Amino acid sequence: MNNRKIVIIGNGISGITCARNIRKKDNEAEILVISGETEHFFSRTALMYIYMGHMKYEHTKPYEDWFWEKNRIKLLKAWIEFVDFPKKQLICQDGKAISYDILILATGSRPNKIGWPGQDLKGVQGLYSFQDLELMEENTKGIKKAVIVGGGLIGIEMAEMLRSRNVPVTFLVRERNFWDNVLPEEEAKMINKHILEHEIDLQLDTQLDEIIGDDEGRVTAVVTNKGKKINCEFVGLTVGVVPNIGFLIGSGLETSKGILIDHFFRTNMPNVYAIGDCAEFRELVAEDRKNIEQVWYTGRMHGEILAHNLTSQNQVPYMPGPWFNSAKFLDIEYQTYGQVPPKQDSYTDSFFWNDAKGKVSIRLNYNKDSNVFMGVNALGWRLRHDFFDRALTEKWTIDQVMGNLDKASFNPEFYKPYYQAVLKDYNSLKGNNIQFKKVSLFRKLIGSRA
Amino acid sequence: MRNIQKFGLALFIIGLLIFSYIPFIGDYQLNVQLVEKLVKEEHREVMTGILEPMYDKIYTSNFSFIRDFKELFNAYNQDLKDQQAWDKVIWDNYAFSVTKAAAINPVQEHPYKYFGVSIILGVIGGLMYIMPLYRNEPEGIKNNGIYFSSMKARGVLGIFTGTYLILFYVILYWLPEYMTNLVIMVDPLSEALSGNEASQWFLYGLVYTLAILVMGIRMFKKYKGNAYQTIRTGSVMFFQLAFAFLLPEILVLFNMPWHDFKNIWPLDYSFFYEYRIEGMVSSGALGMFMLIWGILLIVIGVPLLTYFYGKRWYCSWVCGCGGLAETLGDPYRQLSDKSLKAWKVERYLIHGVLVFAVVMTALTIVNYFMKFDLLGQATNQLHSIYGFAIGSAFAGVIGTGFYPFMGNRVWCRFGCPLAAYLGIVQRFKSRFRITTNGGQCISCGNCSTYCEMGIDVRWYAQRGQNIVRSSCVGCGVCSAVCPRGVLKLENAGEEGRINEMPIIIGNKSISVKS
Ligand SMILES: Cc1cc2nc3c(=O)[nH]c(=O)nc-3n(C[C@H](O)[C@H](O)[C@H](O)COP(=O)(O)OP(=O)(O)OC[C@H]3O[C@@H](n4cnc5c(N)ncnc54)[C@H](O)[C@@H]3O)c2cc1C
Ligand code: SF4
Repeated sequence: MNNRKIVIIGNGISGITCARNIRKKDNEAEILVISGETEHFFSRTALMYIYMGHMKYEHTKPYEDWFWEKNRIKLLKAWIEFVDFPKKQLICQDGKAISYDILILATGSRPNKIGWPGQDLKGVQGLYSFQDLELMEENTKGIKKAVIVGGGLIGIEMAEMLRSRNVPVTFLVRERNFWDNVLPEEEAKMINKHILEHEIDLQLDTQLDEIIGDDEGRVTAVVTNKGKKINCEFVGLTVGVVPNIGFLIGSGLETSKGILIDHFFRTNMPNVYAIGDCAEFRELVAEDRKNIEQVWYTGRMHGEILAHNLTSQNQVPYMPGPWFNSAKFLDIEYQTYGQVPPKQDSYTDSFFWNDAKGKVSIRLNYNKDSNVFMGVNALGWRLRHDFFDRALTEKWTIDQVMGNLDKASFNPEFYKPYYQAVLKDYNSLKGNNIQFKKVSLFRKLIGSRA
Repeated sequence: MRNIQKFGLALFIIGLLIFSYIPFIGDYQLNVQLVEKLVKEEHREVMTGILEPMYDKIYTSNFSFIRDFKELFNAYNQDLKDQQAWDKVIWDNYAFSVTKAAAINPVQEHPYKYFGVSIILGVIGGLMYIMPLYRNEPEGIKNNGIYFSSMKARGVLGIFTGTYLILFYVILYWLPEYMTNLVIMVDPLSEALSGNEASQWFLYGLVYTLAILVMGIRMFKKYKGNAYQTIRTGSVMFFQLAFAFLLPEILVLFNMPWHDFKNIWPLDYSFFYEYRIEGMVSSGALGMFMLIWGILLIVIGVPLLTYFYGKRWYCSWVCGCGGLAETLGDPYRQLSDKSLKAWKVERYLIHGVLVFAVVMTALTIVNYFMKFDLLGQATNQLHSIYGFAIGSAFAGVIGTGFYPFMGNRVWCRFGCPLAAYLGIVQRFKSRFRITTNGGQCISCGNCSTYCEMGIDVRWYAQRGQNIVRSSCVGCGVCSAVCPRGVLKLENAGEEGRINEMPIIIGNKSISVKS
């Protein structure tokens, strides 16, 4: 082990988690983290809050600047242009060469572009990097109208960002309802409504045909597939992200959409690994998982496991627990645990409940035959991760989950106990008489969870 | 901004300007009868003599009046000090009462009118600005633009506000003779409540209470839909109005000592001072109750309630300092320093103040029973150092004046000895914690940014650890601003409260201590 030189390209959540965890177990190794984006690790997920004035860039850095030196994690701000795998060398943009013993590729994603006419005009952009944010700041200065294309998570974030500065926004969404390739119809419709409530002009079932610019190459309008022309000075393109591996093509590294890896994050090159958004599993890690996982939490897990494998004799494969994720659509928080597909398959049943105002909902899916609980979606209702992780791992029945729903809530104190209404509806639907365990007044007063 | 809000803001500023101008109006004239009435019997002869040159002269400003008064008074004292005739020196400070009595101005004629166009106008203007806030907007986090705001991000407006507050506190604590007109203005109100003339403390209490009430309404607007914030804010408004402001005045009306039942030693650092103890002991059954209640709070109330609910039961639900911080101070909560270094400074300072308060009080109590001359002098010295450095400079000038510079909890975080005591209980023996929701944290930093106590909440949240920190006042804002539903304030029990390993972050391959 001792003095090996570990080089990580990418200072995002996956690269940094890996670096930190290697250092915890290996005091000797030389660790170098390279990124062209920013000198220090920051939280990409918080980019929107900088634009909205909730935070400044410095607040999005999870570790203070002294942290890296103290832990002897060297940082280098540079773009890598090419990797010479046989020579074990990285070539920087300025021509400098850096050698490695072990290379970890954690290069993340970049915004997807579909090839629309006019997509390279000034004022047209995606949002992924810190540079994108700076560009957006510049591109949206003093504008009167913006169009966002693509009804996903980054699209709605961009719409929210612009609305925070009172820019009128038209939001073009290809699907029939917002994000309905992930959300079931009822949930998606709740979000539709909420988007309108924020005075965002939501155009469903609408695609972009063309972006029009002026003589100076600045965007002036978009045309939709319905032939409608919408004048605007800014267009946000948010039709997904793809692994950021352009500089690796032709280097001999095996890639498909992403860098191909096995369950131990090994690429086809010796001592070269890939983690996070840029990696693509050759084989699925589990039935319910995708080959490319582009979320924060998985990047963190990848980093932890690879660090473990690099510092231990005992090699473990990637074995994620039940799926979970969360997001926030304007003011409505979303959490999910387990599997809740947008359309039910033939062997699943779904119990859905929402409150009268249409801001809170819960959906619990279960197997029709065995009644085993399969997954939950919640809007406007925080749920306890460890509760559902246990229910899913231990394969609880839906009745068991329902009877304990009071313990599943993670909402702040004094919030409405929605679980009572949910259980009532569930009981009357099923003709059941499930009851929550009685809690004594004393326990209620002291806020005991047990 | 709606027009009505602009109008409200204008009214508020006019009210503030008038409030700031009132101290400078009118004339001052002193005569021998006034002096005789105001000073203690033992000083009567001397004082009437010292001040003779001022009699019947008309001063057109408080500056010239106070300058003359101080010149004469200090010259007399200086002589005695030079001769080392310490026991003849007049230690009482008559500047405030003499200036107040010598004033001749329209405020005395029309106190309510002046009160109306200054304080009440400010309140009305403030409410006109606040009431329409976020109307017709969906419930949710309202932090847009905070870091672009001059007021909230240490811009010119913030610096101006901080300077004004600091100036106000300096005058209030050390130069109250310059604000006598303002006190005159609230005399009738004080008389109606307690039957006594107002002091600068009555004026301060009144403004303080109004600030909590008006800015409390702003909290209702800002955190609309968040039941925890709403109830908690209602609680601090109630305790300030009823326990800190009205009840003590009513006690005075019934010839009882002024007493705030929710103030607890060592925040209430003078609780065991001789004059307070005597005041309570000599006030019959209710006085005895004050004494016993106060001691019970210290030895039983604090540990027991903190065990069950954490220090929040006091700091962000009951306390007056906390009440102001959570209402007037809320716009500045993001300005607290989150660095590890600040945390180190915090621990030295706050526990230092606690030790100071405990030692001082112990000496005071010993002295109360032993009555040694030397000990008496030492405790007097300590009292005045503490009163000056901690009670006034730290808690007031820095505590509130620094809101726009260092956030709204400077005093509570770095200085309050009661917070230190509550914090020790909270850290080591309590059911309270902020639970982290498994692996849901995306390290965005909202929680840390909006923590008024400068706790780096994210540090724990992102590694799946619960947050158990002595300084946490349980305001609940980290939980409110978290976009992923990661944080929950709970009194869930002691088991598993402090966890080194992540509760669960969705990784079945390994579980690492991060
Ligand atoms: C606006 C936005 C919001 C998001 N919100 C969420 C969310 O709420 N929840 C969630 O789960 N996920 C969210 N995501 C996705 C999440 O941020 C990513 O999955 C995660 O950041 C990926 O981490 P990573 O470490 O794999 O890569 P990255 O964070 O992308 O880090 C890769 C780094 O490598 C650098 N790099 C790449 N190539 C080179 C090179 N050749 N030379 C030098 N440096 C290079 C890049 O510049 C970058 O800094 C969001 C993404 C965006 C853009
Ligand atoms: S606000 Fe929530 S998601 Fe963001 S860092 Fe804090 S705990 Fe994590």
